[in-house]
Amino acid sequence: MSNPIGLQDGGLADPASTSGASEEPGGPVISKSPTQLAMGRLLKDKLTMISAAFVVFFVLLALTAPLAYHVFGWIDPLKSDQDLLNDFSLPAGKWGGISSDHWLGVEPGAGRDTLARVWYGTTFSLLIALSATIVAMVLGVVLGIVSGAAGGWVDAIIGRIIDLTLAFPQTLMLLALASTGMIMVRNYLHTPAGNVTAAVYVVIVLGAFGWTSIARIVRGQVLSMREFEFVHAAQMMGASKVRIYFREILPNLWAPILVTFTLMMPAFVSAEAALAYLNVGIGAPTPTLGNVLSDSISFADTAPVYFFVPACMIAAIVISFNLLGDGLRDALDPKGNR
Amino acid sequence: MWAYAARRVVIGILLLLALSLVTFILFFASPADQAKLACGKQCTQAQIAVTEKALGYDKPVYEQWAGFAKGVVAGRDFPIDQAQREAAPETVTHCAAPCLGFSKYYGETVNSLIKDYAPISISLAVVAVVLWLFFGVLLGIAAAVTKGSILDRGIVGLTLLVYAFPTFFIGVFFLKYVVVKWGLLDYPYYTPIAEGGVWGWLTNLWLPSLTLALVFLASYVRMTRAFVLESLGEDYIRTAKAKGLNSRAVLFKHGLRAALTPLVTMTGIDFGTLLGGAIITESVFAYPGLGLLTVQSSQAWDLPTVVGIVLIAGSFVVLMNIIVDIAYAFIDPRVRLG
Repeated sequence: MSNPIGLQDGGLADPASTSGASEEPGGPVISKSPTQLAMGRLLKDKLTMISAAFVVFFVLLALTAPLAYHVFGWIDPLKSDQDLLNDFSLPAGKWGGISSDHWLGVEPGAGRDTLARVWYGTTFSLLIALSATIVAMVLGVVLGIVSGAAGGWVDAIIGRIIDLTLAFPQTLMLLALASTGMIMVRNYLHTPAGNVTAAVYVVIVLGAFGWTSIARIVRGQVLSMREFEFVHAAQMMGASKVRIYFREILPNLWAPILVTFTLMMPAFVSAEAALAYLNVGIGAPTPTLGNVLSDSISFADTAPVYFFVPACMIAAIVISFNLLGDGLRDALDPKGNR
Repeated sequence: MWAYAARRVVIGILLLLALSLVTFILFFASPADQAKLACGKQCTQAQIAVTEKALGYDKPVYEQWAGFAKGVVAGRDFPIDQAQREAAPETVTHCAAPCLGFSKYYGETVNSLIKDYAPISISLAVVAVVLWLFFGVLLGIAAAVTKGSILDRGIVGLTLLVYAFPTFFIGVFFLKYVVVKWGLLDYPYYTPIAEGGVWGWLTNLWLPSLTLALVFLASYVRMTRAFVLESLGEDYIRTAKAKGLNSRAVLFKHGLRAALTPLVTMTGIDFGTLLGGAIITESVFAYPGLGLLTVQSSQAWDLPTVVGIVLIAGSFVVLMNIIVDIAYAFIDPRVRLG
């Protein structure tokens, strides 16, 4: 299927057009590598730099949550405090119980600190998204390279597997398989019951359905790169096929892989939330952004702050990763000398 | 042309066969005791054995699949075990071809279940596809012709913002705030055309359909924008302008032409996926479509229904793929040669 925004062109497919020298009248000719050119474009792109800063911020949040909880004791996502709630089990005080102790208010029902829930939830949400992205990436890159490198019937079979994977309705499968899938995960991988099994199941299934896009991109890149001089040179030196494809060609695919990676993360953060709404995946009391939000919808009208905070957090993560991915793609596109 | 179409159909049928086989393996090869789950918690060992025979779970997976495939072609009778049928002829349910199985949980054939639930999913999908195509293409063109302006940034930014919030959040927001709290709209209940007429059907449908459409809007806006922008830089656009064609004709006849192929692809696949049920939206609005049926039946471990829905949903995707491929041959003359 065609790729609307031109991901296929996202790599360093055409060194001829990129290894140009920037010529300043009168000055010395400065040659820049494609990477330097891309970095230059990236640094000039304000929106992308801002979204990159946000992405770094969210990743830092995710990394520091365990420290803030276990080491410094700033937050406690599990501590429930009924004193913070009024007679209706809703947050006492204005604005959903926002105070100097509870910056983002209090969770209705259990009386836990929303900031702690959302902060720690970011850790688990990003962890799941990252693991699923890695699974999808490894599957997709390996199958894409094998497909492009082997050609013939291997290529045809992998192509059919991609068709088959795409024919499965994803959300439906994730939900429908949940019951049997979790049993399989527990039996075959011997994971402890409960949230670990649920998380492993979600990661495996998201990855198993998410690898097709990167596989197609990698296959296309491999096909175009097969005829490059450095590949012929490696062949001349008697390099094995495995070496050529995984040691020579693969490192040159970092650009499309990076872009797809950045765009896959937010998709899986959203997917985690959607699945949490369907009661698949990590469940309370362990917080994820998805299960905090899906818990909050029963208080949508009575505790608006608690309803909007996790949703805005998810939206902020999704937007910043998406904008960063778009910016990276534009910057890494060798034709992007605008 | 017809040979091409025939080839696509044959590939589609093979894909469906593979889909059903993989679905079967995924669901019925799991170590879970299917018969026990289908029978219920209070069942004795003897009752479980009866259920096992009635639904054919005592046979190996490939035999179950062969029976299923035969049912699709020729129809079959339940219970599957002949001795049981002869012992109690009054309990026999005939399931006419194409038979998708029998749900013990609902006590009827999967076909009649799908017949009851599918119209709602189809209605939702049809209205949603009209909404997102109309607004997506319109906003995409508006963004492309005003590239770089506040309007362009506003359109792209707003649609990304809407995309970033989880669907169930948007749905719940519409229901709890727009409908209930602010009273701006009537509470939507699904009304079939037979009951409420086309107007009643549509007025109750558009809010959930809008929720659904908002998910897709961003990608359609971006794609239309990207392709229109790309084609506006082409020589044939300059030629069309130079020969004095008015700018509207240039834009809609020539500018939009390039976006047609990817639009058809994306619409076909997204629409095909949605026909199989919009799980989240149907759950939020409590619309009894295939998505809600999936949620209910997978919670009840009603595997025959789940498998039936997965296959129906998969068939929709495969069917839409075939239609898209054939549509290509009409849109793009180059495809006919391939």
